[in-house]
Amino acid sequence: MSKRIDVKDLNVYYGNFLAVEDVSINIEAKSVTAFIGPSGCGKSTFLRTLNRMHEVLPGARVEGEVLLDGDNLYGPGVDPVTVRSQIGMVFQRPNPFPTMSIRDNVLAGVKLNNQKISKGEADALVERSLQGANLWNEVKDRLEKPGSGLSGGQQQRLCIARAIAVEPQVILMDEPCSALDPISTLAVEDLINELKDQYTVVIVTHNMQQAARVSDRTAFFNIAGTGKPGKLIEFAETSTIFNNPSNKATEDYVSGRFG
Amino acid sequence: MTSTLTPVRKRSALTKGQLPKYAPYVVLAVALVLGAAILALIGFNAFGWGVVSAILFAAGLVGWSAAVEGSRKAKDKLATCLVVGSFLIALLPLISVIWTVMVNGIPGLITPGFLGKSMNGVTGVYDNRAAEEGGPVLGGIYHALLGTVEITLLATVISVPVGLLTAIYLVEYGNDRPVARAITFFVDVMTGIPSIVAGLFAAAFFFAVVGPGTKTGAVAAVALSVLMIPVVVRSSEEMLKIVPNELREASYALGVRKWRTILKVVIPTAISGIASGVTLAIARVIGETAPILVTAGFATSINTNVFGGWMASLPTFIYTQILNPTSPSNPDPSSQRAWGAALVLIVLVMLLNLGARLIARVFAPKAGR
Repeated sequence: MSKRIDVKDLNVYYGNFLAVEDVSINIEAKSVTAFIGPSGCGKSTFLRTLNRMHEVLPGARVEGEVLLDGDNLYGPGVDPVTVRSQIGMVFQRPNPFPTMSIRDNVLAGVKLNNQKISKGEADALVERSLQGANLWNEVKDRLEKPGSGLSGGQQQRLCIARAIAVEPQVILMDEPCSALDPISTLAVEDLINELKDQYTVVIVTHNMQQAARVSDRTAFFNIAGTGKPGKLIEFAETSTIFNNPSNKATEDYVSGRFG
Repeated sequence: MTSTLTPVRKRSALTKGQLPKYAPYVVLAVALVLGAAILALIGFNAFGWGVVSAILFAAGLVGWSAAVEGSRKAKDKLATCLVVGSFLIALLPLISVIWTVMVNGIPGLITPGFLGKSMNGVTGVYDNRAAEEGGPVLGGIYHALLGTVEITLLATVISVPVGLLTAIYLVEYGNDRPVARAITFFVDVMTGIPSIVAGLFAAAFFFAVVGPGTKTGAVAAVALSVLMIPVVVRSSEEMLKIVPNELREASYALGVRKWRTILKVVIPTAISGIASGVTLAIARVIGETAPILVTAGFATSINTNVFGGWMASLPTFIYTQILNPTSPSNPDPSSQRAWGAALVLIVLVMLLNLGARLIARVFAPKAGR
């Protein structure tokens, strides 16, 4: 149900601009890995290369290998659509489909791909996904209402439900709590803790306490200056990164001396 | 005892130096009276009265405000007067047109058989009799109404797929490539094509392909499509552009293919804007006269086949009724029919505009808890 990701010597470009340089990282299955670092250091850019969302932008490309249980995502002939159906993503801002009801939003991955599903299976999938996202009790009486009528925190959990409804191997989260209040943040963090029993979770966050709370391992990215590429500085157990980092820059960052 | 007494005043110190609420009405009344008096000296007319009173009102209100409230408030009043004045000037022709068409068109419209009969067999003899003996005006616009509806419908059927697909290419696949930039440029050029040129193009095209003298409703529909396509492309392009990229990314991240994303996420999100844009494009071409004259000719009898034979339409009906009255010695019945047709045309355009709003509301993404 979950797979590991191994990245080897990955360079990420926007056109001719090298945005992230030479990242090698091993993300364990059924664990939570957090990416931290100052703004613009390439965490989100790197995250988007893990399910080939990076190349959606015009001119964006990568060099190097990303292995999902040994299979290179960027190998010749690999269909990005297959990759994305195995590696789901939750975005910074909640983005439920405005034309769809709550129920249809959860079923979006199935319905948009025109897969046949019986009503009973669909009901079960909706309930399972919404319960997985800790949202079922709040919305079970109004599944036919538009998803855009929910609060920001509920919308974000709806997006998580939508992502887990397609049963991916890995879930990528790009600052999922940055637009949420502390209570919704707590709900999402609880959820991440539950998700790691079944999925590999990678989360980008600006909030170091959050990284410390939810992740097993933490990667620190940094940038040398404007126009320079972002780099992976240190990757270790979360407790090591926060208590006993081996790199000076990491120590300065996690202790709040810069960034 | 350190209580402070609240001073009792008639007006709050904070509202000092303001004109009373009734000031504009007083100035308006004075301006109207003064305006009437001035106009009486040089010969009264309603239009002059309105203009002179408006100038007097603006000058009076601004002057009074400057004296009591100071220059900032006076400038504010001046700007308000200019804005409201411009609005009234812009509104004047619209109201005037609607009023004139209503007054002249209603007698024609309420004539029995006006909407249900054609002009087939209606000759100058009947018109002379109607004008001299006061009988009902015979003949109607059924054939023209039918022609307008059929030609416009066919033009829509041609334009919407072409225009929408072009817009989808430009927004979703164009990526600002040279091809996309060239298309955008030529669409802009097409927007400015005079309608008669579009008509000539369609006529020449069918002359070359089908045979000389081909004049049918379909040729007119092609001419109208030439005018409609750029409007549809432009409006659909704008609507597709404002669909947030996040929705596309959300769909891609679920492993949905690009064409499905466009079909099931992007277009449904933009459909209300696209639909109302299409409706407005229809309203734009439904009143075209010149391209229909050179492509569909003119008919007095009912022709339900857009692909064969000459066809009437409301604008060409109005044009010929005014320019070549059925009875040259008594043009009044013809002009009554022309005004009636004009009223029907305006009502059609209004209905289309209302339809556009309705469509936008029906298709709009619903917000609700």
